Amino acid sequence: MRQQLCDALVLRSSRPDMVFLTGDLGFMALVPLQEAMGERFINAGVAEQNMISVVAALAREGMEAWAYSIAPFCYARPFEQVRNDIAFHNLPVKLIGNGGGYGYGVMGPTHHAIEDYGILLALPHMRAFVPAFDEDLKATIDRAGEASTPCYIRLGRGEVPAGYETPAYAPWRQLVQGGGMAVVAVGPVAGTYIEAFRALPEPLRPNFWVVSELPLDLNPMPADLLAHIRAGDGLCVIEEHVRRGGLGSEIALLMATQGISPKRFAHVHARAHHYATYGSQAFLRAQSGLDVDSVLAVVAEQQSEIT
Amino acid sequence: MTIHAATFRSARKRLLQMHYESGVGHIGGNLSCLDALLVLHHEYMGPSERFILSKGHSAGALYVTLWSRGLLSDAQLSQFHRDGTLLAGHPPASGLPGIPFATGSLGHGLSLAAGTALALKLGRRSGMVYCLTSDGEWQEGSTWEALIFAAHHRLQNLTVLVDHNNLQGFGRTADVASMSPLAEKLAGFDIALQSVDGHDPEAIRAALDAPGNSCRVIILETQKGHGVSFMQDRMEWHYLPLKEQDYRRALQEIEAQ
Repeated sequence: MRQQLCDALVLRSSRPDMVFLTGDLGFMALVPLQEAMGERFINAGVAEQNMISVVAALAREGMEAWAYSIAPFCYARPFEQVRNDIAFHNLPVKLIGNGGGYGYGVMGPTHHAIEDYGILLALPHMRAFVPAFDEDLKATIDRAGEASTPCYIRLGRGEVPAGYETPAYAPWRQLVQGGGMAVVAVGPVAGTYIEAFRALPEPLRPNFWVVSELPLDLNPMPADLLAHIRAGDGLCVIEEHVRRGGLGSEIALLMATQGISPKRFAHVHARAHHYATYGSQAFLRAQSGLDVDSVLAVVAEQQSEIT
Repeated sequence: MTIHAATFRSARKRLLQMHYESGVGHIGGNLSCLDALLVLHHEYMGPSERFILSKGHSAGALYVTLWSRGLLSDAQLSQFHRDGTLLAGHPPASGLPGIPFATGSLGHGLSLAAGTALALKLGRRSGMVYCLTSDGEWQEGSTWEALIFAAHHRLQNLTVLVDHNNLQGFGRTADVASMSPLAEKLAGFDIALQSVDGHDPEAIRAALDAPGNSCRVIILETQKGHGVSFMQDRMEWHYLPLKEQDYRRALQEIEAQ
């Protein structure tokens, strides 16, 4: 998504108040943005705590302020700067974390971001964007750009079946129509299931949705999806994020407070920062049961509960 | 407008009164920076200037300084540390004039000041950004990140004041994690560095008047508890509230100065 990110930012870059900081990342990826922005593109160096406070101050002075790094280096290393300097002041800083989830694969757990939006959404005013498809970036960048509160954008890698026509951006999108389980996936991992879900016969074929904006209270679940969950064959939430702080528990809370009892409830999530060996994003997804075969087993299994 | 001895005296008394009435500490580090805050705010802070208190635990000195300039009232100072107040133990995130950021966790202010200075520079806007740090705060790595950034970007519109009172939370700075002499550590950066007596208004003015073609750093040589004999250079006054007897004695000493 970095190419699309760069294109979308370049389109905004004529705004005189826009400023973009990077934590020494973007070589070969953000050069066009650097050229377009001139002195308003700043490589803040390998000093993320300073970068986040600086970007907060730029926003405080009225600038449209963006900060970019590999995901954990823009929320985990400088967490207190995000909390105190951005969130406590409700400053509309836009943080962009590249390689969300297991995106950095075999580079190892120091570079993974599987607790990012859970941690950040614990802060006041914070919104999270998890674009699902490469084509989403323009809308994501524009929506984050216009936001009046802090935003975090988790970048991943768009993965869709060959020839797939991506639906126009919306915070909630239905990707597969079906009468089976309701399935909600967060962000790009959704694209990996489309083909397999489409191929399932009714009544197993799921009613499959992707969500790209959190938290849930600012981006409520569509009414027709809720209705399907009330009447249908259960609910499965899939996210490349750890269980605690994830969308799964948010949706479970929503079900509980609204008195909705899905026939069954499954949560498929990132299980560990560390497995016994290292590997690619696909390998790590499979270790967590996020791969297509594991998810098909959940969706097609009518009897057993999976938690 | 040049301020005179009476202004310093009345601010010092008002600070002690505020702390006495609210029964809270942090007096020592307030008295070490109060003189510089008064000179800076009365004589250098115009409508285009910004001030960031990186050593947020000296909020009391900042509130009294703003009071001294007529920006806060006696009634507001009487709410210091009370329930429902904006005058918290550390500066609030919003609601008070002249306080742009909630500080209190050390090591944030200099980056916030550098970002503010950068915003003014990019916007071709005038105005100086001032930031007051403690000396113990230079043990925070982020403070050095900020200095690297400010020096690299040649933020001429940034002036950093260091309240070098040599005492920190649980010991002498030189005994806890020494950077002595701090000036030597700072001197390796491409900045305009000065050291002055932080309780001598003329020396503070001279430092603030000195031009610099890069970020300016002024080390204020100060004493914790300055102006009250039994508090001066004593660590316990980082924490202790004033008892009535201490308060009366401190007021008498200040009156006699």
